[in-house]
Amino acid sequence: MELPIYLDNNATTPLDPRVLEAMLPYFTTKFGNAASRNHPFGWVAEEGVDYAREQVAKLIGCTEKEIIFTSGATEADNLGIKGVFEMYSDKGNHIITATTEHKAILDTCKHLEKQGARVTYLKVKEDGLIDLAELEAAMTPETILVTIMYGNNEIGVIQPIKEIAAIAHKHGALFFTDATQAVGKIPVNVIEDGIDLMAFSAHKMYGPKGVGALYVRRKNPRVKVTSQMDGGGHERGMRSGTLNVPGIVGLGKACELCRLEMDEEAKRLSALRDKLEAALTTMEESYVNGNTQHRLPHVANISFKYVEGEGLMMAMKDLAVSSGSACTSASLEPSYVLKSLGLSDDLAHSSIRFGLGRFTTEEEVDYAIENTKKAVNHLRDLSPLWEMFKEGIDLSKIEWAEH
Amino acid sequence: MAYSEKVMEHYTNPRNVGTLNKDSKSVGTGLVGAPECGDVMRLQIEVDANNVITDAKFKTFGCGSAIASSSLATEWLKGKTIDEALTIDNMDIVEELALPPVKIHCSVLAEDAIKSAINDYRVKNGLEAFELAKSHH
Repeated sequence: MELPIYLDNNATTPLDPRVLEAMLPYFTTKFGNAASRNHPFGWVAEEGVDYAREQVAKLIGCTEKEIIFTSGATEADNLGIKGVFEMYSDKGNHIITATTEHKAILDTCKHLEKQGARVTYLKVKEDGLIDLAELEAAMTPETILVTIMYGNNEIGVIQPIKEIAAIAHKHGALFFTDATQAVGKIPVNVIEDGIDLMAFSAHKMYGPKGVGALYVRRKNPRVKVTSQMDGGGHERGMRSGTLNVPGIVGLGKACELCRLEMDEEAKRLSALRDKLEAALTTMEESYVNGNTQHRLPHVANISFKYVEGEGLMMAMKDLAVSSGSACTSASLEPSYVLKSLGLSDDLAHSSIRFGLGRFTTEEEVDYAIENTKKAVNHLRDLSPLWEMFKEGIDLSKIEWAEH
Repeated sequence: MAYSEKVMEHYTNPRNVGTLNKDSKSVGTGLVGAPECGDVMRLQIEVDANNVITDAKFKTFGCGSAIASSSLATEWLKGKTIDEALTIDNMDIVEELALPPVKIHCSVLAEDAIKSAINDYRVKNGLEAFELAKSHH
């Protein structure tokens, strides 16, 4: 077992060697521009892209023509939301999203607010899921788009996508989902789920960074987005720019591997995750954040009360994880996602996200359990709050000097 | 962001972790920060009849830099008189630990903890508290 151990697979994943192998020829011998129609170099590149498009489409249950390649999920989010807002401005200006969305969604919505959009930010329940009745109540005749993520990047909860899509459609709105954390990890089928637009990325599923896709439905209804970048009219005019052929080939291969191996991998990872979670929550004052029933198989987000996340990560020095603590940011504000669940700031500061992945072994998980326990105990020995808690002092009754 | 060697050293081997009897007249306790902000420091000093700090202890809830700042502060406090202790400036801590700008608040908190401990000791012994300069946040 090699140290440090990578348990931050929600941030990014390593490239699967089989994906790399598929990509390599497209850097050197098959280097052509996929838009070059008049010579074999272009044809070969185009073939690679077409094949990748099939691989991607097969994973999410759509047709090849519904896939727009982008530089990643952030670009796909921007293109999908801004593109719909501009295309459907005659119909209305109202967008509904949720407070726990990724910044690529929230900041795009904020941008559109400056351009005349009215945005409703749905709160989530304590378990991180949105309240469907609140969504229903927020729908208006001007609502053109509902954008709710598939699986959350911090806590892994899976939203009731089918039900959300049904509510959006009932009121004549389109449904967009940022499925960056879900595609390749759990079955996602745009037809069964009723998704009209969907963003996802290669590097979260063992593909390369710098490439992703936007699914845009072509039938029932035919959805259109206004392009956000002017140029050569690639990707059916929706996304100009020379195609990143090696990246797209990598995304395709990554999708194929996920499709073939997802079921087994999800089973293995959720067993490992449950083992990790069960072992760590035997510690006093440790809490799992988010709904544990509707959740991605490979994520655990746990708060260890009375220790601060960043300090804790320093003690877990052989583990690469992440924390909802934001001690490094100038604002000192902890994770907005955890705060949206109603977590107090101190619990949000005390959270650690473990993200397991395809290459995580049981031995690594066992090591992580021991290493984390040791670190939590060490930090609690240093913590004045832990000492006060042990003495039975009610910390909420103390007048803290806000600084 | 990588931590400086000195932060790592103090973090890995924190000096003077512990608790003094807060009810003793010769002990001053400073509890600063807030759990919501992600850091709380408790710094305690034991002072002898000649106004010399004979012992110092800390416990800190916070990031590595906050722990290192308070560990360093206790190390510096031991053997100093109260007057000398009051001259410890947060920028001395920043310099010693090579703290990056986003971690300066950790050193400020340590300075606050020192002053607050000294004031607690003074008030306990019938002296007036020093005015604490609120120079931050």
